[in-house]
Amino acid sequence: MHTQAQPVGGPLFTRGYMVLLAIAGIGIALMIWRFAVGLGAATGLSDGYPLGIWIAFDVVTGTALACGGYAVALLVYIFNKGNYHPLIRPAILTSALGYTIAGASVAVDLGRPWNMWKIPTYFWSWNLNSSLLEVALCIMAYVCVLWIELSPAFMEKWSVDGPPLLKRWSQRLLPILNKALIWIIALGMLLPTMHQSSLGSLMMLAGPKLHPLWFTGWLPLLFLMCCLAMGYSIVVFESVFSSTAYGRKPEMPMLINLQKIAAWGGLVFIVVRMADLAYSGNLRYATQLDLYGTMFWIENVMWILPLAMMLASPRPNLGSLFRGAIVVALAGGLYRFDTYLVAFQPGPGWHYFPSVPEMFITFGFIAIELAIYIAVVKRFPILAGRTPAH
Amino acid sequence: MSTDRRAFFKNIATAAATLTVLPTVAQAREKKTAPSDAVGMLYDTTKCVGCKACVVACKEENKLPADIDGYGQGLYDAPDSMNQYTKNIIQLYKDGDDQSYVKKQCMHCIDPACVGACMLGALEKGKFGVVSYDVSKCVGCRYCETVCPFNVPKFQWAKVAPKIVKCEFCKDRLAAGKEPACTAVCPRKAVIYGTYTELLEEAHRRLRENPGKYVNKVYGEHELGGTQMLYLSHIEFEKLGFRFKQDESVPHLQQAVSHGIYKGFVGPIALYGLLGAVMFRNRGNSDKES
Amino acid sequence: MTENLTIAERLRRSGVSRRHFLTFCGKLMVVAPAGLAITKFITPEAVAATIGGARRPSVIWLHMQDCTGCTETLLRTSEPDLATLLFDVISLDYHETVMAASGHDAELALRDAMEQNKGKYVLVVEGSIPTKENGAYLKIAGRNGIDMLKEVAANSAGVISMGSCASWGGLPSSNINPTGATGVDSIIKDKPVVNLPGCPPNPYVLLATVLEYASTGKLPQLDKLGRPKFAYDKTIHEHCPRRAHFDAGQFAAQFGDSGHRDGWCLYKLGCKGPVTHAPCSTRHFNEVVDCWPIGIGAPCVGCTEKDIAFTKPIFATADIVHPFPPDFYPPVFAEHKGVSAAATGVAGLVGGALIGAGFIASRKMSDGTSDEPKE
Repeated sequence: MHTQAQPVGGPLFTRGYMVLLAIAGIGIALMIWRFAVGLGAATGLSDGYPLGIWIAFDVVTGTALACGGYAVALLVYIFNKGNYHPLIRPAILTSALGYTIAGASVAVDLGRPWNMWKIPTYFWSWNLNSSLLEVALCIMAYVCVLWIELSPAFMEKWSVDGPPLLKRWSQRLLPILNKALIWIIALGMLLPTMHQSSLGSLMMLAGPKLHPLWFTGWLPLLFLMCCLAMGYSIVVFESVFSSTAYGRKPEMPMLINLQKIAAWGGLVFIVVRMADLAYSGNLRYATQLDLYGTMFWIENVMWILPLAMMLASPRPNLGSLFRGAIVVALAGGLYRFDTYLVAFQPGPGWHYFPSVPEMFITFGFIAIELAIYIAVVKRFPILAGRTPAH
Repeated sequence: MSTDRRAFFKNIATAAATLTVLPTVAQAREKKTAPSDAVGMLYDTTKCVGCKACVVACKEENKLPADIDGYGQGLYDAPDSMNQYTKNIIQLYKDGDDQSYVKKQCMHCIDPACVGACMLGALEKGKFGVVSYDVSKCVGCRYCETVCPFNVPKFQWAKVAPKIVKCEFCKDRLAAGKEPACTAVCPRKAVIYGTYTELLEEAHRRLRENPGKYVNKVYGEHELGGTQMLYLSHIEFEKLGFRFKQDESVPHLQQAVSHGIYKGFVGPIALYGLLGAVMFRNRGNSDKES
Repeated sequence: MTENLTIAERLRRSGVSRRHFLTFCGKLMVVAPAGLAITKFITPEAVAATIGGARRPSVIWLHMQDCTGCTETLLRTSEPDLATLLFDVISLDYHETVMAASGHDAELALRDAMEQNKGKYVLVVEGSIPTKENGAYLKIAGRNGIDMLKEVAANSAGVISMGSCASWGGLPSSNINPTGATGVDSIIKDKPVVNLPGCPPNPYVLLATVLEYASTGKLPQLDKLGRPKFAYDKTIHEHCPRRAHFDAGQFAAQFGDSGHRDGWCLYKLGCKGPVTHAPCSTRHFNEVVDCWPIGIGAPCVGCTEKDIAFTKPIFATADIVHPFPPDFYPPVFAEHKGVSAAATGVAGLVGGALIGAGFIASRKMSDGTSDEPKE
């Protein structure tokens, strides 16, 4: 059933690709520099804002943007929408890359990354109360799961024209993998459910330091809904983009449906959020148009906007689909970013803005992710062929 | 098609129920009380003269380097708050004649947020109720800094192999039967050491015997689930930098919710089983549709 | 005694060596490093020229309820010695303790001094003035202290309250104050009154004040308690030789312990240095190095401060109200490092570029003009 996916082909090292590699190179050089000088000199972080964009953007927002694999897998395997299958592989590729990059970001962000191996192995000292432990373990496991889910794409190619050793192993493993895949895919849906909600629980522990418009016991659910909406929208974004970029026919009806889920999901998100705030009485903070009230309303408008766009033009074209998907991704990203940075109040006198090297490391990560994505879709069977199943 | 549609909604309902009901069934977590061997300190703003003897004693005891980052005034070793060089500090609140010194260090919460946050238990509440740090289990994630309502744990930003720096109640001195360096050196007994219950009694005695002298409250008795550092003050605690007065501890809500979801790991296993079962049942169907 | 000679001429005639005089001028410069016109110069020679050119000031000294301690401290100056001080530097025309005359002769000397230097003499008062029972607790030659003070002050150029008793009542005024003892400035309102509190005060502060008046005709600048700023503007603590031990948290815990013998801070033994305004820590007594309470290992009792001396127990620790030196205490909410303009600039540029690119891309898609592959 995967046979319809084909490599895009074509030359890899185009001019745009070289620019990407240059940005990635700058990022990598800065990462090495960061380990030489320490976090204080390399970043804008401080004891007041100990977590910066590497966490709030690369990890918290980045993994949500990488939830395409999770979101589409739910649709295909749980809600039994087999016709969405062509979208799975590219979505899983983005997820695998997104999560791997998030993991790498964490390694750059950690003060003592050489102790990272202790997180999965020191099980006797696990603090089971720690949401961060859960997130860390889940993300580590999920990165493995995602690459396993994706591995048939590589093996399919290698089993045909790979180097001898790879060819032999690919031919041997592929059938086993195809049988076991169902349980791995189930794990691939359980793990994001756990850690994406736990990313919300994480900030619950900031407690009174989190602005009341964001602090709620329902943070786990809000984060989960947020990542699903973002997951669907990112699949739309990516499909529209790659079909445009590689001159393929987009799966329009499917993409429109996905964007519908994302847009209505935004509405559900807002309803849950507002109901909770109204119930707890914290909605009164929304009437103050200070930084927090303003950001709150910007988020809400952005959550509603995709639905409004969709209702305004019931037959969307590629461009409006693209715009709508971006708005959902931005809304979700902003909500997560706000929860981790803007709504976080360490007290008077503390300020944070990422330093220039800090930002360029993030740009470097994004560039690496794009570069690998482009290389993989050009060489391996990821994107659906020119003529989809319908 | 219609059966699929029904199954679709049924599945949605099941999934939604699994996800949303769990947090609500989370039972209120039992409030933690101070351990039986808890020790503490009682600080009294009316007695402190700002001599900083405790600051120096702390630096000496913990072998902390001088803070040469400065306070913007070119002063040697004059930290502006607790930081990577400073576990204990005397701050000054001043507004006209309304002024007070205040000593800041780890509050040694009865239900500490940092301990709830720490992945491998590098921060742990141990003997005497002291919140101590074990660098061998620390990955430097700084989540403890993020969650501490008193902004206590500090990170060695200047180091390539950084650690967390925080007051550990001179645990080695306690083990040797001595009191912490800061209380031992205080010339006016503005900060005193004792068992938690003893100090709480003493604090209430001072409130009782000096009506009007203090704000009528022992900060740390109830605040944020209670702390083993207790404070008496003649001016409002907010002015001294104690921003929060809620009685509920920080980890209370998060742990209640998380325990609700993850109790005995039943939730995730059940969800995994459910996901697998649904997929197994769907196995043949998807091909038919496409 | 009324020859119209300058101080320098008097000294030369009395056989006081130039070296001696310059040493004295050097001492004055130590006592008043700043704030006085006569010591604003950088060499003792210049100070000597200023003082030496002045006429000797006539000084009348009255004793009230006192212990003569302030006089004793004056007598124990050795640079200049007593005779030089009394006859050549100032003209001490009436002083009940050191004058040779007694009885009616003494009274006559007082009258003469008041007549001859009317409006020009300086009145120094030692001891507090009893006010209860119409001042019945002090009588000299049939007159009580209040009348005597008022009469002599009336024709003076100004009054100097020598010691804590004359400044604010001192020991006699401590609780329950049976005689109603009070300071000069609560009785004399129409003349300038300079308070030199201390038990005793440093005699050079008196000399500097008197010579400033003799040389320039003006009294030194005073603080709000009437004390000359040149001597009383700082607390003992600010220049205490043991200050480093205070800052380091090294305190003597009891007399004779190892900390005490090592010269550690005496705060814990009750030292009132941190709240006492006095020049003692830099101007020691009797030309002997370290001759002052803290110098010999005794806590300061705060003898210059009305609220402390003879009121607060000697060995009780003091409440330090104001920090010193001004503010090196961090505030409760310190301001930490801010936001760099370069970083905001980069973020703005990148953000703007992305939004622009996204918009253009979506426009192209809508137009359907994006057939050729691009990255």
